[in-house]
Parts: sequence; C-alpha cells; structure tokens
Amino acid sequence: MSVPQLLVHDREDNVAVVVVEDLSAGTEALCVVTDDNSDFTITVLSDIPIGHKVALKDLKVGDSAIKYGEDIGKIVAPIARGEHVHVHNLKTRRW
Amino acid sequence: MNYDTRKIWGYRRENGRVGVRNYVAILPVDDISNAACEAVAANIQGTLALPHAYGRLQFGADLDLHFRTMIGTGSNPNVAACIVIGIEPGWTQRIVDGIAKTGKPVAGFWIEGNGDIATIAAASRKAKEFVHFATAQVRVECPLTDVWVAAKCGESDTTTGLASCPTVGNMYDKLVPLGLYGCFGETSELTGAEHLAAARAATPEVREKFMRTWQAYQNDVIEAHKDSDLSESQPTKGNIAGGLTTIEEKALGNLQKIGKHIQYIDVLEPAEAPQKGPGLYFMDTSSAAAECCTLQAAAGYAIHIFPTGQGNVIGNPIMPVIKVTGNPRTVRLMSEHVDVDVSGIVRREMTIAQAGDALIDMIVETANGRVTAAEALGHREFVMTKLYRSA
Repeated sequence: MSVPQLLVHDREDNVAVVVVEDLSAGTEALCVVTDDNSDFTITVLSDIPIGHKVALKDLKVGDSAIKYGEDIGKIVAPIARGEHVHVHNLKTRRW
Repeated sequence: MNYDTRKIWGYRRENGRVGVRNYVAILPVDDISNAACEAVAANIQGTLALPHAYGRLQFGADLDLHFRTMIGTGSNPNVAACIVIGIEPGWTQRIVDGIAKTGKPVAGFWIEGNGDIATIAAASRKAKEFVHFATAQVRVECPLTDVWVAAKCGESDTTTGLASCPTVGNMYDKLVPLGLYGCFGETSELTGAEHLAAARAATPEVREKFMRTWQAYQNDVIEAHKDSDLSESQPTKGNIAGGLTTIEEKALGNLQKIGKHIQYIDVLEPAEAPQKGPGLYFMDTSSAAAECCTLQAAAGYAIHIFPTGQGNVIGNPIMPVIKVTGNPRTVRLMSEHVDVDVSGIVRREMTIAQAGDALIDMIVETANGRVTAAEALGHREFVMTKLYRSA
C-alpha cells in the first residue's frame, strides 16, 4: 500500500488527521480508515500541518465533529469538505 | 512472541518487589532540608538527593498525601536504601517508620539542635554504608510481569491517539492478563471519554468509584477555578500546535493507553499503592507529567511508559521513563528523546501489535539496565502534588 497522507479512526468520523509534513492545498490525498484498512481519496483545500485535521464532509455551525466515532466538539464556523478543522472553527462542548 | 516466559534481570527486594534501578535516595522531609540532602549527595558518590518544595504546615488530606508520597518514594523497589532528613524528629521518624516496613535499610536525621553541618556529617557516614550495601546487591532473573509498569501521555497530539497510546494499550492487553500491575491516571484528561473509561471498570463498584472521582475533579478543581474553557492549559499550547483542538479529542486519544480488552480493578488515591493484586489500576492524578509520574512512582511502579506526540521530555529520578512517539516530525527533530519510534504506524508500515512487541522489548531492555533517553539526558523531575494552601 502507498503511504497515506490522511488517517481516519472510524468509518463514522467526519474528520481525518494529516500524517505527513508539508501537505499543500490542492493535493489529492490518500486517506486510510485504521479501523478496517479501507481507503479513499479526498482533495485537500488548505495547507494543513502534520497532526491537524481535515473535514471529510461539509460541516455547518452546530454540527458535531466526529472522531473515534465520538463527539469531539461543536462546529462554530462553516467548514467545506477538504478544509482545515481546528480551534478557529471547532470548540469543546465541555468547560 | 511468548510473553509469559519473558524474563528480566532485576533487584529482588526484602519485601519481594522487583526493582530495576538501585538508588540510595537522600529524601528531604521538607523544603528547608533540601540543602542538607544535596550536601550528602555531593559528599557520597552513588547517592541521589530528591529535593522538593513542600512539607511544612500542611494538614488534613494534603498532609496525608505528602506522607504517602514521601514514604512511597522511599519504599519504591528501585530504591535500595534511603536516608531521610527533616528539620525536626517527629515527621522525620514517621517517614522512616513507613519506609522501614519494606525491610530495606533506612535512617533518619534531623537538623534542629544539630545544625546542617553535624547533620550532613552523620547522614553522610550512614549514606556511605548504604552505598556499600546497595552496590553489593546482584540482579537476579525475574518474570517480566513482576515489574510494575505505569503509563501517562504528554504533549499529546493526534498521532498519540493513532499510534503511541494504542502501542501502550497493546502492551497492557498482552501483559496485564499474565499478571502485570499497570496504572493510568490523568483524571481531568478523561473528560469527553469518561463514559468510555467508566465502561472499562471491572465491577459496578469500581465504575461508581471512578465516576465519583472524575466528577469530584470536575467540581472541586476545574469548575471551582476556571475562568475560560481552559484552552491553552488543557489542551496545552503544544497539544494545539500538534493539531488537537478540544479536551474531548485529547481524552479519546489518551484512553487508547488502556488497550481494547483489559479492565481496571480499582481506583487509587494519589500515590496509593495497589492493594488488589495484579491488574490495571486507575489513579486519581493531575494530567501534568511530573506530578503524575511522581505519584505513580510513589505507588510503587518501577518503569513508566510515556507516549508523546509533540515531544514532552519528562523524566523521573527513581523510575525510568520510556518515551514512545508515533509522530514522524518529532522523530526527525527530537530523536534524542525517543526510546521507541512507532511512526511506522502512521505510514502503515508497522501494525499496532508489532509496535506493542517493540515496546515490550524496550521494557525488558530497560529493566535489565538500559538507560532511557530521559535518564541519559538527566531528567529527574520530582514534583509533589499539593491539594491546597498550607496552614
């Protein structure tokens, strides 16, 4: 298998993790689902640092970001599929 | 790999526990005895002073925790013998008596009425005796599972949840059923995954104890003192730089450390030694690395596994800390801090099971005497947990 640029924990997740350095906007990225080793490709729309997240579908304000099949927080700004997901558009539901 | 026949060479102590290091510790009861302890350690080669910031005018549960941490540190099987120095005899003797229950050599000295110089002279003579005793000890072959192994992650990022924490979980899934004592903590950092953590309790009673402990931390620490959503504290600035966005996301990654199958059999107070036999334990701790490691060492754990994403450099003076990372950038930029590189997981070149085996090999090597990265770099962070201000 070629080395993936993105990993996602669970098929239900709507965010994936960048696992390579220097991933640039416009890249057709290979994404592997670690739970079942299936894969797909997605066009990344932002320059995203290693370790940061990319949206796997369009997300609107109030939606939940899903990772590990679990709710990791609320979307606070609209995000298009392929865009960077981080503190500017995702907030904790706790504290 | 046949895990249940793996052996290590360790120090079998008087009480049957197995140590992997052989320190003569010079333990101050209180902050004002640090100077005398450091002077003894400077006088006598092969001793280790453990200076810290507290031990005066503490009371109630905070004082109980102080004594538990001091006695537990001296009692750890990585310590062959211990000198205790305090400002006065009462609390000094209480710690000496606690450590003496292990059967190991321990002696107390106090400064009031003697002064630093006479105290240092007397303690140095005894420390020299203890060094001869300790260095005469010989490693013996012991089952790998006789080495108690704690875990805590730090400067986590998203690779921690993908690679290094699942590696630790795989090790626990393999070794805990064979009789290993394990330990995880970080009460606040399970927030967002507390329902999953609760579900891994072995009995309804343990589950209820866990939820009570977690809720108390929320109420008494977080909610009582917060002035924001804790962003930059929990997750830390380093976590955020590494791509973690919320406490929920961080907690779900953290919990990968306890594997997929095993259950924890009890909930421990900070620095409390396990009482229910072999198995995985949850300990109520802060999520700050040095505080958590110090408490786990005081509970008797002899080796620590520390998964990191962005590169936390923590060590502990008496308990070797093994660093595991799955972040290829951290491997590239901070290789001197990495004991086990599992970045092959995110390249899909290494399975979690292979990474778990590599970690078990490193535990064996470390138990046999291999110096960890943190030990080689001189990391000796010894940080007492303080529950509230002193009287």
